[in-house]
Amino acid sequence: MSAVGESVQIGSLPLSQQGPAPTRVVAGFGFWLFLLSDIILFAALFATYAVLSDASAGGPIGTELFDKRHVFLETLCLLASSVTCGFGNLAVLRTDKRAMYRWMLATFVLGAIFLAMEASEFADMVSAGAGPSRSAFLSAFFALVGTHGLHVSLGLAWLLIMLLQVATLGFAPMVARRFFCFGLFWHALDIVWIGVFTIVYLGAH
Amino acid sequence: MLGRLTWDAIPFDQPIIMITVAVIGIVIASVLALVTVKGWWSYLWREWITSVDHKRIGVMYMLVALVMLVRGFSDAIMMRSQQALAAAGALGYLPPEHFDQIFTAHGTIMIFFVAMPFVIGLMNFAVPLQLGVRDVAFPVLNSVSFWLTAAGVLLVNLSLFVGEFARTGWLAYPPLSELAYSPGVGVDYYLWSLQISGLGTLLSGINLLTTILKLRAPGMGYSRMPIFCWTALASNLLIVAAFPVLTATFGMLLLDRYCGFHFFTNELGGNPMMYINLIWIWGHPEVYILILPAFGVFSEVVATFAGKPLFGYRSMVMATMAICVLSFFVWLHHFFTMGAGANVNAFFGIATMVIAVPTGVKVFNWLFTLYGGRIRFTVPVYWTLGFIVTFVIGGMTGVLMAIPPVDFVLHNSLFLIAHFHNVAIGGVVFGVMAGYTYWFPKAFGFKLNERIGKAIFWCWFIGFYLAFMPLYALGLMGATRRMQHYADPHWQPLMLVAFAGAVCILIGIALTAVQLVVSIRNRNKNRDLTGDPWDGRTLEWATASPPPAWNFARLPRVERADAYWNAKKEGTPSVLFGSNAPGTVHVPRNTPVGVFIAFFAVITGFALIWRIDWLAVIGLVGAIGVALWHAWQTDREVAIPADKVATFERARAKAAT
Repeated sequence: MSAVGESVQIGSLPLSQQGPAPTRVVAGFGFWLFLLSDIILFAALFATYAVLSDASAGGPIGTELFDKRHVFLETLCLLASSVTCGFGNLAVLRTDKRAMYRWMLATFVLGAIFLAMEASEFADMVSAGAGPSRSAFLSAFFALVGTHGLHVSLGLAWLLIMLLQVATLGFAPMVARRFFCFGLFWHALDIVWIGVFTIVYLGAH
Repeated sequence: MLGRLTWDAIPFDQPIIMITVAVIGIVIASVLALVTVKGWWSYLWREWITSVDHKRIGVMYMLVALVMLVRGFSDAIMMRSQQALAAAGALGYLPPEHFDQIFTAHGTIMIFFVAMPFVIGLMNFAVPLQLGVRDVAFPVLNSVSFWLTAAGVLLVNLSLFVGEFARTGWLAYPPLSELAYSPGVGVDYYLWSLQISGLGTLLSGINLLTTILKLRAPGMGYSRMPIFCWTALASNLLIVAAFPVLTATFGMLLLDRYCGFHFFTNELGGNPMMYINLIWIWGHPEVYILILPAFGVFSEVVATFAGKPLFGYRSMVMATMAICVLSFFVWLHHFFTMGAGANVNAFFGIATMVIAVPTGVKVFNWLFTLYGGRIRFTVPVYWTLGFIVTFVIGGMTGVLMAIPPVDFVLHNSLFLIAHFHNVAIGGVVFGVMAGYTYWFPKAFGFKLNERIGKAIFWCWFIGFYLAFMPLYALGLMGATRRMQHYADPHWQPLMLVAFAGAVCILIGIALTAVQLVVSIRNRNKNRDLTGDPWDGRTLEWATASPPPAWNFARLPRVERADAYWNAKKEGTPSVLFGSNAPGTVHVPRNTPVGVFIAFFAVITGFALIWRIDWLAVIGLVGAIGVALWHAWQTDREVAIPADKVATFERARAKAAT
């Protein structure tokens, strides 16, 4: 029990005993936990989809409705937007404004194309009489895919806000932390989408 | 313009409701008048409503819980009196459509707005202090969480006066809760108030989990953490893992009701059993979210008042984490009668029984901690001993019902009601009352009145047995839950005994208010200047009571479990904090973000319930606007100069001696 040279001693302690973590770590960790909870929300929707995917109630079924080529292009856009987002975050770390704007605008455009393609798919289905009220299968489909789409929309809004934040506040530590969290969020949406693509579209029967 | 909202929504024709509303209105008006006359508004706004201090927020959570306990208990005593009267042809005084709302409101309020805020309040208050740090990981988010919970509370209470509440039972099973069978606003009140408060709970869970995993005093490795922090860790893990399922499930029911989806309807492939599976995947962990922190309180209480280290610290930690994991593997025992088949039922029956093992480990650990100790019989010890006896009975009836064939007989009977009240009152209520009495002097600097505290305990203890032991018998005699009236006159004597038990608990609740008043009036007599009134073991007792905004002038260095106790034994406890003079301390700046967001959340919820679209948009835009305004606030900390901290420390040291 001594109080001398606390900082020197602390460095040699095991990680769990080093005292409060720095804000950057705490913020990132908290956001990770939020993402995990969000993925659990999706897990509930996936489970519901798995249970209800055969409950088409005499209405159209997945293989009749899904255009895999369309969805594949959609997927490519979203995955590519994750790559650009990653480069954008590297630019944030370098505090390189020009590169950041360039990569993040690319991210925004790719995300917006994804959303537009999804919206056109939804619109086609609804106009063909395959809206969410047609059957439990379609309810589960629209809820699962739509919740992902809602997340992407929120992500795009968040991205715009982040660009405004950089424009007004620069790369303050607070802004950089938020950009880091945004990156985590955007990549997590990819992971969820890979599940959607595999289970909903490739798994259609 | 106002959606479904008309004057018909106000139940002018129902005297019971109108009188209740009048009484509530008078109470609220007189409280507001008192605050205005005394000029307390600015103090309340500055020090409490906008506070981001985890201690203040914890206290406000508990205050909400205590107020809502009165509301939830009013429902309980109405049910007990109705069933005491409505036997053999008599119909009692509550019409069925009102009785249905009462039992729904009772369950919903007691779980979501009494037990949850009380438990979260205790964790909020005690965990950062026990960890030896200055606040939770995200103080502003903490305030948002609390006010979202308060928003849910407000909406639930609004349903009493404007419109109606759900008549579905506290988990709103479909298809009854679908639009076809519940076309009114009752289920919408239920869903939106729980969605809003549930979001608050999830955020609070993330916050506390981050706090425990990332913010601990130097030296406090996991094996040195106080056991209450371990139980809080398990509880918040469960919140983060389970509450999203609740949100998703309610979201799907909302889509069914608002947008014509068919998740849980009877038509077009909908599957109501899917809802029941999902809701219990949240619901069973929820049971442990509530009970694990209570276990933590009892662990602190036995160790403190027996004057011994907790027996089997490591086994206690392992038991806690085992329960945490197992709680996700038992949900189906809530509906063995669904017909999932013998093998599925056997799996979940055995998994349920397995939970009795770590729970038993805990009970023996508490007993062995007490064994050979020099026990001080304070009020928290009363609650703990009452808990051990009562909870063991409740646990045994639980294991009994985990046997599927037995459950087929007892499902939805009063036996089940008796069982879960046995663990909810004997476990959670006793636990939070122990925690409330234990940490009250830390929060306010004086102890609660001991004599009245013991009277409260005996009222609850005796009242519980009187109220619920008859329900076990009635359940075995065939009485089902949620009966507005019944034919068999032989049930009535036991119903009368149960009513007497409820009256006994009523006295206990009234005495809680009396105890507060008496204790505040005599505060100078019960004042504690040492910060350590119980001869405690953990770090929260190493600082002043009430602790300053910064909790600790210098962060303690922890070298083993029970850090404060060991430091006291070795001479001067101040060595924990080293000998350096305290430097400038930064604390988070208070902000009205939480209360503003909650204000707009109430507007949004109310508008969605009554389908007032434009108002919902205003509410949503308002909430987002507040959040965006906050995102541009850069000046978020207040620096407290070193000399001010030092002055406080000196004054405290002087007062303590």
